Amino acid sequence: MRVEFAQAMLNAFDRNDNLAFITGDLGYMALEKVQVKFGERFINAGVAEQNMITVSAAMAHEGFIPFVYSISPFVTLRPYEQIRNDVCLHNLPVKLVGNGGGYGYGIMGATHHNIEDIGAMRILPNMKVYVPFTASDVEQAVGQMIADKNPNYLRLNMGAKIPQEVAPFAQWRKIKDARLPDGQGTKSVVVGTGPVTEHILNSALADDLEVWVVSIFPITQLPAELIASINATQKLITIEEHTGECGLCETLSYHLMNHLTSNIKTLSLAANGYPSGRYGDQKFHQAENSLGGEAMISALNQFLQ
Amino acid sequence: MDKTQHRDLLTKAYNIKQRFLAMYKMANAGHVGCSLSVAEIITFVRFGWMKDSDELILSKGHAAAALYSMLAEDGTLTEEDIQTFYKNGTYLAAHPPVNKLKRVPFATGSLGHGLSLAAGLGIANKLKKTDKQIFCITSDGEINEGSTWEAALFIAHHKLTNVVWLIDRNQLQGYGRTEDVMKLDPLDKKLEAFGFNVVIADGHDFNSLETCRLSTVNCQLPTVIVCNTTKGHGWKTYEDKVDCHYLPMKDEQYALVTAEVRNSFEKQMALVK
Repeated sequence: MRVEFAQAMLNAFDRNDNLAFITGDLGYMALEKVQVKFGERFINAGVAEQNMITVSAAMAHEGFIPFVYSISPFVTLRPYEQIRNDVCLHNLPVKLVGNGGGYGYGIMGATHHNIEDIGAMRILPNMKVYVPFTASDVEQAVGQMIADKNPNYLRLNMGAKIPQEVAPFAQWRKIKDARLPDGQGTKSVVVGTGPVTEHILNSALADDLEVWVVSIFPITQLPAELIASINATQKLITIEEHTGECGLCETLSYHLMNHLTSNIKTLSLAANGYPSGRYGDQKFHQAENSLGGEAMISALNQFLQ
Repeated sequence: MDKTQHRDLLTKAYNIKQRFLAMYKMANAGHVGCSLSVAEIITFVRFGWMKDSDELILSKGHAAAALYSMLAEDGTLTEEDIQTFYKNGTYLAAHPPVNKLKRVPFATGSLGHGLSLAAGLGIANKLKKTDKQIFCITSDGEINEGSTWEAALFIAHHKLTNVVWLIDRNQLQGYGRTEDVMKLDPLDKKLEAFGFNVVIADGHDFNSLETCRLSTVNCQLPTVIVCNTTKGHGWKTYEDKVDCHYLPMKDEQYALVTAEVRNSFEKQMALVK
C-alpha cells in the first residue's frame, strides 16, 4: 500500500494547499516523488519522533494538515504521550501514517512489528483509525482523512488480493455472502480488519461463511444486517493482525452485547505475539498465530463443527 | 529601556506576583516557588517583547498561576475568572487547560513538550512567511527530557529565528538540585554547540532581559536565553529550596512573602526615578 499511499499524496497535493508531509527519516524508494512535489512542505524531522509529532500538532494549529509518516510502532507507540496531549486532546488534524502494521515488517523482528496500534490509537480522544483492506482502498482512505478535521491514524500493509469485488472504502463492508442466503447455509459470520482477512476469503471454507470487513475505528454502530446474521448463525469469527484484547474482537464484543438474542460462540483469530519466540516473514508470524495457513484452517474447522 | 517602561514592567510584575500569591493562598496550593521564579520572565516577554499576534508557550505548565495572573494583567482574564482558580468547574486548573483560553494555544504540564510546540509554530510561520515570533519558557529540570533536545536540534537545523527559548534556570527540580540529579552544566556551551545564539540573563532583572532581547535583533541564529533565577524568589522561608515547589503558604508565610514582594518592589521603584 506504500506505493498507493505515495500516489494518493501526490494527487491530493494539487487539490489542497495546506498539506504538509513530515517523515521520521524513512521512505526510501517510496517518498522521493512526494518530496519533490511537496518542496518546502516536505520535512524530514529526523529520528526524533516525539518532536516530530508535537511539531506536527503545532503546524496543524497553524492551519496545515500534516501527514506524519514512519514505520508503524515509531509513529504510534514511541511518541504516545505527544499524540495524546498535543494532537488528540487539542483535536488537531494530524494524520499519522504507519507503514507495516501487524507483522508487516516480517523478519525485521518484534521491534518493527505493531500488534497493539489499533487499540492504542482507537482509545485516544477524537482519534479515528483507518485500516485499508485492499490497495485500492488507500486513496479513498486518504481522501476521507483529509476531509476529516480530527486526528487520524492510517495503518498500511500489503493490500488483500481476493476474487471478490469490493465496495468503496467505508467503515463496514460485507465482502461476501455465504453460499445460501438468509443464514441457512452460513456456518458462521466472519468479521475481519485489514488484509489478513484475505486468508479466510481465499480458503476452501469461505463458501459457507459470510464475511465482513471493518476499516474505521472506533466502531460506532453495527449494521443491522450484521447483527441479524450473527444472531441467525450464533457463531462469530473475528480475524485481525492485532491483539484480540483491545483490538477488533474486544471492541466488537462490547458493541454486540446489547444486540444478542442467544448465546453466540466466538472464535478470535488474533495476533498473540511470538508463541515460539522465533522470527520469520509476515506469513510465518501469521501462521504461528493461526492467522493463516494450516493452523488457521484447523482452528476454523474445529470451531465450525 | 527608558525609566517609564522600566517602572511599568516593575508595576506589572508586582501586580502579577501579588495576584498569584493570593491565588495560591486561596487555593492552599503548591507551586508557589515555580511562579516566583518565572514572574519577571513572563512579565518581560508579554509586556516588554511580544507583539499581540505573537505566541507564548509556558512549557513549565506547573507555573500556571503566573500565566493566569499575567493574562489577568493584560485583560485576557477577569478578576472573576481568577477567583475560580483550583475550584470545581474552573478552566484555571493547576496546569493550563486544553482549547479554553485565548493566548494559551496548548495545554502544558507534561514536561518536554513545549519546545517542540514552539518549533512547530516556528516552522509553520516560516512557511507562511509571517512575522510572528514564538516564545517558549521551559524550566531547567525539563531539559532532562530527550524531547527537549530533539526540539533543540530541529530549531537549530531549520534556523528558526522566529523562536525564542527562555530557560528558567533556577537550579532546582522535582527532587533535588539540577546539578545533583542530572548535570546540565556547562549548559551554555551545550546550547552553543547545538547552534543557538546563547545569552545569559539575570531572570529577575528587566535591564538584563532587555539586553538579551537586543542581542536577538538581526541575529541569524535562533536564540536561547538562560535566565538565572532563584526558585521561590522573595519567599525567604523556602527560597532556593525544593520545598517551595510543593508547599502551600501558611498565613504567617503569606504575610511575610507578600510584604517582601512589596518591599522589593518599592526599593526597585525608588531606584528608577
